[in-house]
Amino acid sequence: MSQSAGHALTLRGISHAFGQVVAANAIDLDIRPGELVSLLGPSGCGKTTLLKIIAGFLRQTSGDVLVDGASISHLPTNRRRIGIVFQNYALFPHMSVAQNIAYGPIAAGRPKAETDAVVSEMLDVVQMAAFRDRLPRELSGGQQQRVALARCLAIRPRILLLDEPFSALDKNLRLDMQIEIKRLQRQSGITTVMVTHDQEEALGMSDRIAVLSRGNLEQFAPPSDIYDRPASLFVNTFVGTANLLRATVAGTSATGAAVRLADGMVIETGRETPLPVGAAVLVAVRPEGMRVSATGGAGAIGAEITAVMPIGPALIYEVALIDGSSVKVVQEREADAPLEGSVFLHFKPNRITGLFPDHSGDTHKKGN
Amino acid sequence: MAGALNPKPKDWALALPLAAFFTLFFIAPLGLLVAISFETERQMTGTLGLGQYAAFLTDGLNLAVLRDTLLVGAKATLLCLLFGYPLAWLCTRVSARWQAVLIFLVVLPIVTSVVVRTFAWIVILGRHGIVNEAILALGLSAQPLKLLFSETGVVIVLAQVQMPLMVLPLITTLQRIDPNLESASQALGAGAWRTFFKVTLPLSLPGIIAGTILTYTACVTAFVTQSLIGGSRLLFMPMMIFQQAMDLQNWPFAAAVSVIFMVSVLLIVAMLVALSRSRAARLYS
Ligand SMILES: Nc1ncnc2c1ncn2[C@@H]1O[C@H](COP(=O)(O)OP(=O)(O)OP(=O)(O)O)[C@@H](O)[C@H]1O
Ligand SMILES: [Mg+2]
Repeated sequence: MSQSAGHALTLRGISHAFGQVVAANAIDLDIRPGELVSLLGPSGCGKTTLLKIIAGFLRQTSGDVLVDGASISHLPTNRRRIGIVFQNYALFPHMSVAQNIAYGPIAAGRPKAETDAVVSEMLDVVQMAAFRDRLPRELSGGQQQRVALARCLAIRPRILLLDEPFSALDKNLRLDMQIEIKRLQRQSGITTVMVTHDQEEALGMSDRIAVLSRGNLEQFAPPSDIYDRPASLFVNTFVGTANLLRATVAGTSATGAAVRLADGMVIETGRETPLPVGAAVLVAVRPEGMRVSATGGAGAIGAEITAVMPIGPALIYEVALIDGSSVKVVQEREADAPLEGSVFLHFKPNRITGLFPDHSGDTHKKGN
Repeated sequence: MAGALNPKPKDWALALPLAAFFTLFFIAPLGLLVAISFETERQMTGTLGLGQYAAFLTDGLNLAVLRDTLLVGAKATLLCLLFGYPLAWLCTRVSARWQAVLIFLVVLPIVTSVVVRTFAWIVILGRHGIVNEAILALGLSAQPLKLLFSETGVVIVLAQVQMPLMVLPLITTLQRIDPNLESASQALGAGAWRTFFKVTLPLSLPGIIAGTILTYTACVTAFVTQSLIGGSRLLFMPMMIFQQAMDLQNWPFAAAVSVIFMVSVLLIVAMLVALSRSRAARLYS
C-alpha cells in the first residue's frame, strides 16, 4: 500500500470538562510515527472524549493536539486528514460499498480515474472486491468493518483512530479482525490510536498502552511494562488479576524493600518504595507470580486451600492466609491430584509487581 | 382441552366494532357517493351512466378549477417543505428544552380553531393589515399588495396552517439518522454542505415524502382556508363540490366531481409513494 510514512501525534496538556465532569485532565501523550497505541480504561474514563478531541469533533477546554509537531487544534474535522472507524462503523446506508469508499476521494476533488483506482486498491487491501456493489446492510459485521476501514484509508489519513473496533464482533471473528488490522497497520505504517476497554485486546495489539482512569493518564508504557511494572494500584488491579497482600515495610536496600507479611514472615520484594519502615503497604503479586506446594522453604508462608479450579492445562487455587485474606494462585497442573488442606505459599523471585501505600486498612484483596 | 382444538375462538370478533365503524362511516358513504355519481339525472331517477363525468371533463372551466386546486396544493406543500425542513433540522440540533419550545410553536396551528386562525390571517394579510403596513412603511411598494383573496395569500396561509404535518414526520426521520454518519462524512473531508446534501438530505427522504403526502392532501382539501382567504372570486374543488351539492342541489354532479377529485389526489399520492419506494427503499431495510 502506498501509504506515506507514519506521522507523530502529540497531545499536550489536553483537558476537557463537561460541566462538572472532568473527562480529560491534563493528558500528555507522545505517540511515535507508525505506533499503535491503545487507550484503555473503564467505562466513562474519557477514552471516547480523547478520540473526539483528536478527530476534531470536540474542542478541548485547554491543551493542544499536534501532528508532526504542528498544531491542528484550530482545524475543523474535515481538514485534519484523520481517519476514524466508529464502533458501529457508520457506513452510509444509502451508498454501495464502492460509493462509501469513494466518498473521501470525491470530497477531496480527486479526478474520477484516480478515485476509481483508489477504490479498487482499497477493496483489494481489505479483500472485499467481490462485494463492491452491495449495500452496507447486506454485509456481515466483519465485512462492514473492513469496508469502514477501507473507506477511512482511502483518504490516506495521517492518523487512524479506532473506537472500540471489535466490540460488535463475536469472539472468533474478533481475533481474526484483530490480527488483520494489526497486519494492515504494520504494512502501512500508519500511526494508530485505538480505544478499548478490553485489556487482552490492548495487551495483544498495542505497541504502547495509555491507561486512563477518570480523565487521568495513569500510565503510558509498553504492554509488558503495564503488566509487570504497573505504575499505580489502579493499573495493577485494572489490567490482569492482582492479589494484594497486607504487609508492613521491614527495611529498604539498594535491591528493593523487604516487607513483613501478616504472619510475620519477611520477604524481599525486589521493588522500591518511598514509604518508611513500618508503613502499611499492599504487596501486589499476580496469580502466576506465586506457587503453592506441600513443602515449606525459605520465604514461604503457611496457607490453607479453600478452593481448586482446574482450567485445562492449569489449576487455579484459592488459598486463605493466616490473616484471613484470600489469594488466587495459577500454576501448571501436575500429574498427581491437586493439593488440598494446609500448604505453603512461595513467592517466585522478582514477580512482585508493586508496593502500594495501604490507605484502606480493611481491603485485603482485589481482583477482576 | 377444548381450547387447544379451537385455539382462537372468535378472535376475529374483536375486530368487529372497528370493522362496523369503518363500514358504516367510511365504506358505505363512499359506496353511496360513487353510486350517486353514476345517476344521469339531477333528480336521481335511477338511470345510470357516465353523463356527470362527461359533463365535468368536457368543460374547460371545471378542468381549470381542478388544475388550480392541485397546483395551489403543490405550491403550498413546496413552501411548507422549504420552511419546514430547516425548522425540523433545527429542532434536532437544539437542546431538549428548545426542542420542546419549537415543537410547541409548530403544533400551535393544530390546537387553535381553523376559523380563528384564518381570521387572524385575514387581519394580517388585508389591505390595511400588518404585512401591507410594513411593506408601505419600508417603501418596498407604493401600493398595498393584494395578498388577501389572492392565490398567493391562500398558498401562504395553507403552508402555515399545515406546517405541523410536514415538520413532525421530518423531525422523526432526522432524529433517526445516526449522528456518527455526519461525523464520518466530516472526517472523510466533506464540509457541512456536502455532508448535508450527500448524507442528511438523502437519508431524510422518507420523512420528506411522508410529510409531502400529508401536507398535500390536507392543503387541497382545506375547505375553510381556501374559501375564506381565497374569497369568492377564487374557486377550488372543495367549494365547487359544496356549491353543487348544497346551493344547486345537484347531488349526482357533486358526487362525480368528488370522485374525480379524489382519484386525482390519490394518483398524485400514488406517484409520491412510488417515488419513495424506488428511492427510499434503498435506505432502510
Ligand atoms: N456530551 C457529554 N455531556 C456531558 N458529559 C459527557 C458527555 N460525553 C461524555 N461525558 C462524560 O464524560 C466522561 C467521559 O466520557 P467518555 O465517553 O469519554 O467515556 P469512555 O471512556 O469512552 O467510556 P465508555 O467505555 O463507556 O465508552 C463520562 O463521565 C461521561 O459521562
Ligand atoms: Mg466510549
